[in-house]
Amino acid sequence: MFFRPTFRLVPDGTGFHFMRGRYAGLIVSAILSISSVVLFFYPGLNLGIDFKGGIVMEIHTPAPADFNGIRAALTAAGLHEPGVQRFGAPDQVAIRIEAQKTEAATQTAVATVTAAVEKAQPGSRIERTDAVGASVSSELFIDGMMALGLSLLMILVYIWFRFEWQFAVGAVVTLILDVTKAIGFLALTRFDFDLVMVGAILTIIGYSTNDKVVVYDRMRENLRKYKSMPLRELIDLSINETLNRTLGTSMTLFLAALPLALWGGSALSGFAWVMMFGIVVGTSSSIFIAAPILLFLGEKQLRREAKPLPPENASPRKPA
Amino acid sequence: MMYFSRLKTALVIGACLLGALLCVPNIASAPAAWLPWRTIHLGLDLRGGSYLLLEVDMSTVIKERLDSLADATRQALRTAKIDRYVVTPQADQNRLLVRLGDASQVSAARTAISPLGVNASGTNDLDFTDLGDGQLAATLSPVGLKTRATAAVEQSIEIVRRRIDETGVVDPLISRQGDSRIIVQLPGVEDPNRIKQLLGQTARMTFRLTDENANVGSPVPPPGVDFLPMENSPGQKIAVRRRVEVDGANLTDARAGQNSQTGEWVVNFTFDSIGTRRFADISTKNVNHPFAIVLDDKVISAPVIREPITGGRGQISGRFDARSATDLSLLLRAGALPAPLTVVEQRSVGPELGADSIRAGAIALTAGLLLVMAYMGVFYGLFGWFANIALIVNLVMMLAVLSLFEATLTLPGMAGILLTLGMAVDANILINERIREEAHNGRTPLNAMETGFRKAFATIIDSNMTAFLAHVMLFFFGAGPVRGFAVTITVGIVTSLFTATMVARLMMVRWYTSHRPAVLPV
Repeated sequence: MFFRPTFRLVPDGTGFHFMRGRYAGLIVSAILSISSVVLFFYPGLNLGIDFKGGIVMEIHTPAPADFNGIRAALTAAGLHEPGVQRFGAPDQVAIRIEAQKTEAATQTAVATVTAAVEKAQPGSRIERTDAVGASVSSELFIDGMMALGLSLLMILVYIWFRFEWQFAVGAVVTLILDVTKAIGFLALTRFDFDLVMVGAILTIIGYSTNDKVVVYDRMRENLRKYKSMPLRELIDLSINETLNRTLGTSMTLFLAALPLALWGGSALSGFAWVMMFGIVVGTSSSIFIAAPILLFLGEKQLRREAKPLPPENASPRKPA
Repeated sequence: MMYFSRLKTALVIGACLLGALLCVPNIASAPAAWLPWRTIHLGLDLRGGSYLLLEVDMSTVIKERLDSLADATRQALRTAKIDRYVVTPQADQNRLLVRLGDASQVSAARTAISPLGVNASGTNDLDFTDLGDGQLAATLSPVGLKTRATAAVEQSIEIVRRRIDETGVVDPLISRQGDSRIIVQLPGVEDPNRIKQLLGQTARMTFRLTDENANVGSPVPPPGVDFLPMENSPGQKIAVRRRVEVDGANLTDARAGQNSQTGEWVVNFTFDSIGTRRFADISTKNVNHPFAIVLDDKVISAPVIREPITGGRGQISGRFDARSATDLSLLLRAGALPAPLTVVEQRSVGPELGADSIRAGAIALTAGLLLVMAYMGVFYGLFGWFANIALIVNLVMMLAVLSLFEATLTLPGMAGILLTLGMAVDANILINERIREEAHNGRTPLNAMETGFRKAFATIIDSNMTAFLAHVMLFFFGAGPVRGFAVTITVGIVTSLFTATMVARLMMVRWYTSHRPAVLPV
């Protein structure tokens, strides 16, 4: 363990024929993405208050919380459909109030909740108050979407500059498929979709691109090295050669996110679960989506644009 | 790639030591005041406190500008001997409509009004349109509006700062956001209710005369008079003249105190020289008549003037208690806001929840680090442990850069650090896999390391660049704590490039030159 590697994730020189599964991969991906889009509209994302506006308060009651009492007090105070939930320990309560019509009404509602809780369970301590007005939440939403859209665009441009356009198209199409799945996962798990989740999706985009770039990099290198190898074999070879790295990096990132999901507290565990889902999706899409797209975009074009490397780099190694 | 000159070695080690040095301020206090002692700040979500986003009500700013412009216009038209006119402020169209009885006087009116639009920087804020039929519209230009808005926000920030400073909150952070918003960060303030109340009043105080002949019961007040409610008995109204005799801006001081005879809470105030003169003047002329002290369109009290007040000192009594007297004196000292402020976003976190978050973050961070290190050790052996040392160095370097920028560490920021640690070893994995591959291709150990580093390097740059770009976007478009996430991750990507390629490589080269192994442990 301290000198030689103890294990290998994947033995060397594997010869999996990934491209045989290209249709299966694309079909599974398409089904998942389409159902994610359906989930996006029904039941839809559970928008957090960053994007929806409203009030979320976390309250620590002196004794085990009297949920019905608090709910009754809030309704009596004139608040419409207050959400009162247990949140961790039995003396921790999360209260959600939907967005009010005006900013001033939102602020009044905060005061109303405080007073109602004090009446229902005297001695309660308010641990957290988040109150977001309607104008701010719509701006935050637009900004969040801008961040997502622009980063996809930047990645497209970057890959286009560094590789041929086929790679850029392959990467961005795959990324869009990845993102829709992450959104489907969000809709399914009912995690709050808020700014932190936009951060998670961006990280997934960043990681997934990173993964594709590494595989593409190897394909580009092999395109120059093996000039007569059919593209399908060449793609398989490149994926097999980078398999240990692809899976290895997913593992380390997964291991880093796992403790966050388990012990990161309410604010971060949703974020970490989405991350972990994204890592699995991103890794498999590098193999089963991004590579087949390249295969479909065509051998002729890629070969023509790939320039040969100087001879000393040509390795005598035969494809596995 | 496999050769490190003495200088280069010294530079790499020096950078690592500098990183460690820059982290010191976070754990120790400054030994001397002149030392640049930069630390990472804890975000409000970790240390507890409140974040308020305030919106300056621009419609009030425009309305007030138009109202004062209307007064000045009437005056100017009178001076220009134009006698038949109606001046109407139209706030929804940002303009003033002047209807003249004599249509031939339009250009004369225009010449008379035009100088009123000249602002401090010498440009004219008014655009004139002749609507025909003796109607002239004076519209506030967009540039002029923007200047007004900027001035209003700047002035509001100043007043907000003064009011908050008076409450004794430590280290408040007040800054501008966009065209009409103000961010207020209050560390340690768990319940910002009092501050919200203090900021929720414009606190414009005026001293005006009352109209004793007006019938408060009549539906429309006489010209130049307002029916204003009494602060302490909302049902009761008082007829107050619109003309402001003395403005609260002419106060130099205001203190809460108790009346020595009645023991009642009062606010004692002092006028500046202009205020003193004016107040002496009106109080001399109006002995035995009441005057009204008006705060934000509510009458606090309307005492009868018993004798001329010439000393420039006065006392407001209006059924105060200790708290309301203190608050009023605070508001008067700090000055009036140019326009009302509305809280559009509030985020408050109690200190206990903040401490819980720090604990949760620290546990996750430690566990994540250990898991990643164990993985690297098991799957990459010696080179994996080199990568692990580089990983620790990376953590130190990240903290160093964050301290240098005096960045704010938030809870998502801690998640960013953790994810960076998971991502940073990617460079080492790429390098190790490549070296292994090259060694299997029959290269000598030195040659395999050399080629492995060189070939992996281009891939590392490409793959990190894309992640970097994505998070820079998040930094520009994200708000609040999530920006902390973008900051830690972008900083981490940059430092990991250094540690994974330079620090880990230095260790591998040192190890190789001292052992000269025939086979690499890959």
